[in-house]
Amino acid sequence: MTALNPTDVFRAEAAELLACLETTLLDLGDRPDDRGLIDTAFRALHTIKGSGAMFGFEEVAGFTHDFETAFDRVRRGEVRVSVDLINVSLSAKDHIRTLIEDPEATAPVIGEAILAELERLVGDTAGPAAALPPIEALPAPAAPAGWQIGFTFDPEILRNGTNPLALLDELRDLGPCTVVPRLGALPDLEALDPETLTIGWDVVLRSAVSREAIEDVFLFVRDEMTLSLTSLDAATAQAPAAEAIPAPAPGQAPSPNPAPAAAPAAPAADAPRTAPRRMEERAATTVRVEAQRLDALMDRVGELVIAQARLSQLAGLQEDPAIKAISEEIERLSARLRDTTIGIRMVPIGSLFGRFRRLVHDLSRDLGKPVEFVTEGEETELDKTMIERLADPLVHLIRNAIDHGIEDPSRRTATSKNRTGRMALTAEHAGAQVLVSVRDDGAGLDAARIRAKAEEKGLVAPGTVLSDQQIYQFLFAPGFSTAQQISALSGRGVGMDVVKKTIESLRGSIDITTEPGNGTTVTLRLPLTLAIIEGLLIRIGEGRYVVPLSAVEECVELPENERIERGRDFLNIRGEIVPFLRLRQVFEATGAPDPYQKVIVVSVGEARVGLVVDQIIGNHQTVIKSLSKLHADVTTFSGATILGDGTAALIIDVGQLVTGGRADPVREFQEVA
Amino acid sequence: MSDASETVQPDGTLQVVMLRIGSETFALDAGMVREIIDPIPATRVAGARAHLDRIVNVRGNVVPLADIRERFGMKPAATTPDTRFVVIEVVIEGDPVVVALVADKVFEVAEIRLDQQQSVPKIGASWRPEYIHSIAKCNDEFVILPDIAQILN
Repeated sequence: MTALNPTDVFRAEAAELLACLETTLLDLGDRPDDRGLIDTAFRALHTIKGSGAMFGFEEVAGFTHDFETAFDRVRRGEVRVSVDLINVSLSAKDHIRTLIEDPEATAPVIGEAILAELERLVGDTAGPAAALPPIEALPAPAAPAGWQIGFTFDPEILRNGTNPLALLDELRDLGPCTVVPRLGALPDLEALDPETLTIGWDVVLRSAVSREAIEDVFLFVRDEMTLSLTSLDAATAQAPAAEAIPAPAPGQAPSPNPAPAAAPAAPAADAPRTAPRRMEERAATTVRVEAQRLDALMDRVGELVIAQARLSQLAGLQEDPAIKAISEEIERLSARLRDTTIGIRMVPIGSLFGRFRRLVHDLSRDLGKPVEFVTEGEETELDKTMIERLADPLVHLIRNAIDHGIEDPSRRTATSKNRTGRMALTAEHAGAQVLVSVRDDGAGLDAARIRAKAEEKGLVAPGTVLSDQQIYQFLFAPGFSTAQQISALSGRGVGMDVVKKTIESLRGSIDITTEPGNGTTVTLRLPLTLAIIEGLLIRIGEGRYVVPLSAVEECVELPENERIERGRDFLNIRGEIVPFLRLRQVFEATGAPDPYQKVIVVSVGEARVGLVVDQIIGNHQTVIKSLSKLHADVTTFSGATILGDGTAALIIDVGQLVTGGRADPVREFQEVA
Repeated sequence: MSDASETVQPDGTLQVVMLRIGSETFALDAGMVREIIDPIPATRVAGARAHLDRIVNVRGNVVPLADIRERFGMKPAATTPDTRFVVIEVVIEGDPVVVALVADKVFEVAEIRLDQQQSVPKIGASWRPEYIHSIAKCNDEFVILPDIAQILN
């Protein structure tokens, strides 16, 4: 078993909390009076501080503590949430992340500047200057002379392995303690269950420790106990001798003389305690697993599916019905196991969408264009590797949409549009594909301008007939991306070639629709998973190949008059001209051609192209194995799979196959450049 | 480079797998050999380079089948009862890559004294010099220590 590194656990947990904090802060920007949001942000901070200190991230804990202290004033309603406060809080959140992930990359002075700004915004809250070491800048009430601590546990707690005596020992480590048990709830001896805890304790701790130090003792059991903490002023703490403390009334924590200074702090202690509880409830139903293990599981399942296919092939040849039955059983089981495994790898795309709220927020501020950001379909699930690789392309698309798509507020008002731009990020399922769209309500693309630019750059000969879709494809040509001199009207293209490349490597495609004056929608069409696809198994000569089913539109028989080559390879399918490729020639196939060859009509972008094959064998659940690095020069195939008989079959990359054999303006340009 | 994985023994000898490809005897560093298997059906890859024009399924992984005869100017030969696929792992541009190598016969594991290695003479060989790591003497016979990464790429 691999022991989990606690530091890594903290990092992972902190990353989630920080993401939650960011979302909450951004929400807070929209709804500054939402008490729930303020509390959520505060709880996230509190948990980061607590576990940061526990795992030895002192700087994180210190900085977060000061951040939390400042935020506490907001929570208590003393300071109103402002746009500036949100912006500073966001940078503070970024600073915490840097402190956790790469402490070398930052300097204390950055944190101090952020804290100083925070303090300026929330008023003269935390006393000492921010330049002091953060951990020293503790909350206003100075550490009291002692604490009256009362606590009872959940009766079940012993069964979880918690040892209250160890906690008492930890308290004793903090300073001299007087411990008095609360025995009121203790049952008679006959009814006593040694695994049920019915005793509570009252402790007087005579030591000037911080409230946090005491809370830290109970960090792991806070959700399963009630804890009351009352500070004692110097006189009370020193005066009574240990023996003088009377046995307190059961259930009620005695509060001899709570120091007035501690009064406002007392209710504050309750709120943070509810936060970890909610998180732990969620943790009970989810398990954090290393991504690597999931990949290994997927590999094993892939091998199982292949082995199962071989078994069914063999069983098909046997007479024994028992063998056939068990083979079918295994087929069913492995299919279900495969689906479950793919399901495990699926994560909702909302986790990705969340990240872009910050991007939109920052861009909107920097460019001075107010933008309303809307997301839909966050629950749509996609393969986790896909989600990771989608992040960059989406950043490009969103940046372009806000930078070039959405107009300046003045221009928007002039064209009687709402002053605030609207930017929508949506995801939805469409069959075996997921559609992710980036939509803006800006000026839209100007096909004429793009075309003019393309002609100027020599991408296309003047006068060529092109559909609007073809013209928009120029935006993805590498030359276009650096063409900053294009006016803002059509200047999209920062890194658009990168977007196209990434999406294609994910076996996806990009559609652009635009309406002059009403905005542009860029839609990414993506397969659900990268690991397994539905394929059509075909035979060409002696070789077998897989065509991704998502590309296949229909299959027809090759008409008799096309069986001999005539120099022009076009089919007439319901009145439409469909060019076709003879794959026997493309793949230099051996063996005699089948007398009745078939044509698989595939869609490539907007075009339909026929592929002539010898035989269509049937559907095939294709476990994709990537080709070796040594085969990087082979672009016609996107990968390979293993067939039922154990041999390998290549998966045809339809797009590459077709564009390799057809003139394409963009491609030609790329080759010239 | 293949040097990194050389299994040099404390006494300065190198463990190698001796095999014959075409008319030559090659010595492969034993550290890079994962397994030796009987020939299995291979799938041709259209458009790939001649010495890497097939793929095979080795324990659920699709790996290229390399026939390095062409690189040494030898004629392709049919499979014989002695033919074996030697599955090796080479480092190519920093990444480990698994390749199955066609060998006409696999002999034995032998030890080569490193001090008996000689660099390739400039004259007397028609092979590209970068394909040969060195030439060593083993049992009074000259064997070639190939630079597999160079040959494949």
